Amino acid sequence: MQSVGVVSPQSRHFEHPLPLRSGATLADYTLVYETYGELNGDASNAVLVCHALNASHHVAGRYDDAAASEGWWDNLVGPGKPLDTDRFFVIGVNNLGSCFGSTGPMQTNPATGTPYGAAFPVVTVEDWVDAQARLIDALGIRRLAAVIGGSLGGMQALAWTLRHPQRVRHCIAVASAPNLSAQNIAFNEVARRAITTDPDFHGGHFYDHGVVPARGLRVARMIGHITYLSDDSMEAKFGRELRNGGLGYTTQDIEFQIESYLRYQGDKFSEYFDANTYLLITRALDYFDPAAAYGGNLSAAFAPARDNQFLIVSFTTDWRFAPARSREIVKALVDNRIAVSYAEIDAPHGHDAFLLDDARYHTLLRAYFDRLAAEAPA
Amino acid sequence: MSERRDLEVIAELVPPGSRVLDLGCGDGELLAHLSARRGCTGYGVEIADANVPRCVQRGVQVIQLNLEEGLALFGDRSFDVVLQLDTLQHLRNTERMLQETARVGRIGIVSFPNFAHWPNRVAVSRGRMPVTKTLPYQWYDTPNIRVGTFADFEMLARRDGLRILDAFGLHDGRPVRRWPNLRASVAVFKFERGEMARTS
Repeated sequence: MQSVGVVSPQSRHFEHPLPLRSGATLADYTLVYETYGELNGDASNAVLVCHALNASHHVAGRYDDAAASEGWWDNLVGPGKPLDTDRFFVIGVNNLGSCFGSTGPMQTNPATGTPYGAAFPVVTVEDWVDAQARLIDALGIRRLAAVIGGSLGGMQALAWTLRHPQRVRHCIAVASAPNLSAQNIAFNEVARRAITTDPDFHGGHFYDHGVVPARGLRVARMIGHITYLSDDSMEAKFGRELRNGGLGYTTQDIEFQIESYLRYQGDKFSEYFDANTYLLITRALDYFDPAAAYGGNLSAAFAPARDNQFLIVSFTTDWRFAPARSREIVKALVDNRIAVSYAEIDAPHGHDAFLLDDARYHTLLRAYFDRLAAEAPA
Repeated sequence: MSERRDLEVIAELVPPGSRVLDLGCGDGELLAHLSARRGCTGYGVEIADANVPRCVQRGVQVIQLNLEEGLALFGDRSFDVVLQLDTLQHLRNTERMLQETARVGRIGIVSFPNFAHWPNRVAVSRGRMPVTKTLPYQWYDTPNIRVGTFADFEMLARRDGLRILDAFGLHDGRPVRRWPNLRASVAVFKFERGEMARTS
């Protein structure tokens, strides 16, 4: 299958202050983004891809100067792929508070001349979506053909239909949830405590000290990673396999391959991800709860989305955002008589399945985008 | 096969413009037909993985669910018509499903293989389970875990307080109104909740 090839990120600066849900305001900000394919004459073929916790605007293609720099959803987005860049103009955008180029805690706070660090305002899914809408304005797109995302990206896709329902036709939310459960929040809190109790965290102002709370980030990534995989896939991949063939009778060295794998994932993550960003993004996850403003009535929350069309997808082995959570979304849509299709993909990989190219999953997305391309924009 | 004509006969039972829930909608053919020809809207419910993208491809709203888990997703009387075609015989909890159908829709339409069709009677009288066009499976390898007859359904409908609005048989794509229990391979019932059930 073809790739979109070599791509390069663009950035756009926004001078208009962005009011945030917290009551704070971002005076001005920059969003980094990438686009693939061509915007058609009436700007009706644009699809926005929202990223999840640790991803970025780099959805597809690769960078000229870097090896192994494939975009995080390259198996889905490209010429001839389910989200076909020969037909659609695809936009990946990095969210505020991230550490991949858009305005975030690592960057200089114009008010102080030093990095924001822990002073970066708490941003929500809704704030991200509002910022994304301004980028869409700037690109000359009145109405998106679709917005798509997995996990936290799916929450953004849902939030688009609640905040800007007239500006998007289709919403595709994969492996997502209408809010986090207590268990989900608990996992996030363990990750945050690992970071904030690292002596190198310095209350979030570690940049001033020339250190990073790498230990905390490693543990945060390890716990997160466990929740992305299913019990079965972890068993199939590692089982009780020992690293050195026999027991070493040590409590601190690596004995099992799963330990080695988690440490490797943690190490890798701590080298490129920012601790303050991790705190911000997990908080955005915790806070997302569109039903809260309606006394917990999710059906009432989705009333504004009555003219949107939805595809909701879950994976049977995803225990982090289980199919039952997606069914809550479907029920709220059905209660409003909103157009929705729902698929429960029987994939073994757990939450991470949304990033993989399972045949049933991609066949479904291909069918949905085929249909979308064939329909006349309203 | 006469499936296409069966489909058209059943589509005739659905009032134009209805909001429809099609339980066991397969690849969405009937819903697509109802939408194009009769201006109907609504959803299909389907369990088979392969059918879900087929529905999506033809623009039918499909919800992948196991009907054995009930219809909790759908509110009382939220559809004008609930269709359950060639599906009832695959479900363990047949009676509950029928009650759910009557709860969710104003009108229910069900079809299922009529076990009392005369060739089946002949097969059983010879001591063997029937294998026919409508019941094409061997007894030890069949998805039809509930076998019933046209007459049996009339009894069950009465028991569950359903008022039968129309009932007939289908054979080779044609309605059979005389002696359907004997002469039709497929039974079709259109019903609503009876007064008793409605006030309870």
